[in-house]
Amino acid sequence: MNKTAAILASSERFNALFSPEGIAVIGVNSHPAKFGFVAAHNILRHDYCGRVFLVKRDSGELLGEKCLESVDDIPDGAVDLAFICTPAAANPDILRSCAAKGVKAAFVVSAGYGEAGPEGREAQAELVKLCEELGILLAGPNGQGLVSPPVGLCAQIVAPMPLPGNIGVVSQSGNLVSSFMNLVEGTGIGISRGISAGNCAALGVADYLEYFAQDPETAVSLAYLEGLPDGRTFFDRAKKASRVQPLVLLKGGVTSGGAKAAASHTGSLASNDRIFHGMCRQAGISRVADVEEAVDTASAFSVLPLPRGRNVFVLTTAGGWGVLTADRISRSRDLSLMDIPPDIMAGFDAKLPSRWSRSNPADLAGGETRDTLPECLELVVAHPEVHAVVLLGLGIQSNQAHLAREGKFYPDNGLERICKYHERQDMRYADAVVDLMSAYDKPVLVATELAAVQPDNPGPARLRACGVPCFSTSHRAVTALEHLARYAKYRETRGI
Amino acid sequence: MSGSSSWSLATTGGSIGNSTGAVFVRAPTRFLSEFESKRRLASYGIQSVSERLVFSASEAEEAGRELGFPVVAKLCGEGIAHKTERGLVRLGLATPEMVRVAAEELLAKARPEDGETGVLLGEMVFGTRELIAGVVDDPQFGKCVMIGFGGIFAEVLADVSFRLLPLTRQDAIEMIDDLETQAVLEDFRGEPPVNREKLVDILLGLSSFAEADESIVSVDVNPLIISQGIPIAVDALLEVRA
Repeated sequence: MNKTAAILASSERFNALFSPEGIAVIGVNSHPAKFGFVAAHNILRHDYCGRVFLVKRDSGELLGEKCLESVDDIPDGAVDLAFICTPAAANPDILRSCAAKGVKAAFVVSAGYGEAGPEGREAQAELVKLCEELGILLAGPNGQGLVSPPVGLCAQIVAPMPLPGNIGVVSQSGNLVSSFMNLVEGTGIGISRGISAGNCAALGVADYLEYFAQDPETAVSLAYLEGLPDGRTFFDRAKKASRVQPLVLLKGGVTSGGAKAAASHTGSLASNDRIFHGMCRQAGISRVADVEEAVDTASAFSVLPLPRGRNVFVLTTAGGWGVLTADRISRSRDLSLMDIPPDIMAGFDAKLPSRWSRSNPADLAGGETRDTLPECLELVVAHPEVHAVVLLGLGIQSNQAHLAREGKFYPDNGLERICKYHERQDMRYADAVVDLMSAYDKPVLVATELAAVQPDNPGPARLRACGVPCFSTSHRAVTALEHLARYAKYRETRGI
Repeated sequence: MSGSSSWSLATTGGSIGNSTGAVFVRAPTRFLSEFESKRRLASYGIQSVSERLVFSASEAEEAGRELGFPVVAKLCGEGIAHKTERGLVRLGLATPEMVRVAAEELLAKARPEDGETGVLLGEMVFGTRELIAGVVDDPQFGKCVMIGFGGIFAEVLADVSFRLLPLTRQDAIEMIDDLETQAVLEDFRGEPPVNREKLVDILLGLSSFAEADESIVSVDVNPLIISQGIPIAVDALLEVRA
């Protein structure tokens, strides 16, 4: 990004992009497969709190809204964001008209720019120059749009519209913005802003990360990156942003095959992966290996407190999962499977039959009665030497209830009563996780495959309703926890 | 122990290709002699062995006596970047006679393009572990410090880590922690653990060195032999803008 763009990229300008008072969709089309229809539809179907103007060459109506024939018909100062779906050649005139109407930012969906050969690159350079002259903050071109759930804005040509939350998403691939949000949807975790950066003609990933760092709605940044025109500048800016909030980064094009695809995709150069990796560590960036890890990690940062050390305690009602989790933590460089402290041992002994594992992982071995699990969990979370807790086995009782409810013996034979008990118990466990995490300001990571395969299971469902992540495997939970621990240590060792 | 393993940072010459196949054309560069390279690094706390640069077989004999046997002899000159490949390293010279013969043979191998040549005699350093450290100038991220495992498995293991200039002490600590094969840095075959403080100092020294001198294109300290836990720069090669 050049210097002029850096000046333009002030917070106020970004407000025009993510919290506009009014938006104009330019290039509206009545064919439901066209971008100009989909964008208008997606904005109108949600509860955007500002004014919407549709600009359609032949005016008329669309989705019950009267369309304007030209940008010139928009009332002065009513719109600060233009969402542009017109062919590239038409855009210079449109942008000039927009500027005359007081538009401060433009998201350009149109293709035919930097990704389209020498002529496209020239057109892109002219687009950037024009927007600078007009004082318009330029997002895209060749991007799929943006969402801003806090203001109900879904200005994009892809689904979905996520819940409002505190994760800011930026991606050099429009499709991955959508995928990140699809994966977050249904977990109870929300999004503050999401943007497909397109060709990054004026605004690059680092600009959005800087904005997210100062945006009061955003507490975690999640980025997908393919290439960087200036790696050194990215490093300096990302390092500053990561001092403010966690920055989760997924990099595409790390192998030569992927790099070739990425180079043709974004027109950027992929860099030596080892140097990139070192750069991330040095900048405090949480670099993730794949899309699932990206979403798990961003979700964990979004909601969970940072651990104040590396000691992990595993509490399980599912024996094998406890063993696997212990293996996973033991292999970690960032976490320790702590020895069970004597006072936790004594506390558990007093509550459980002697067959419990008497070690970390603490396998309760089915010895729990009504209040055992919440009480044991509190002993662990409250313990000063414990820095993070992994809880396994949530939802098992409700799964049994599920089986009974579906069967021919239900509701007789006492099944109705016991099903309700099981389900109530799982909800209590979920509530205990939420309450203890907040009371002791310590992360509790819950993992069960039921979160993925049985979304209505009252255990995971209750956590989701409270906006707390429930990981689908303990491996994924521990991987997310490693990122939390590493980031916490990064901050601590640098006095942040 | 060798003059330089095949895993070298400074063998890229005038250009670096990256994984997209793009080539970044660079200004021409030249290499400094091993003696000069080490001399410059020494002022940044990168410890080498006791050495003498001599220009005749008889001087070599005398220098060998001063240093104490056994010694290592290497042909030393500005244009010499690949000593091992050219057979320009003689190890374990235990007598004045061996030193004299080695010096004669090495001087006879000098080529006109090697520039002014001499024989560099140095103490023989013993240690089973070899690291490699250096500086590279990355087309995307600029100058970076590197640390990794050297020796014959260096390339296949490729256990290396990088940080961008300038390094903080914490960055240096973490880049060593990032190496996969941590066990090799601990007690190893009867040798004490690698002194991480000294290793951190070397990485910080490389960072300061490369930052202070714009003309530095790459630094290759290879091997960095771990002798009784202490990393010692047994060979070094500086690439500078011509």
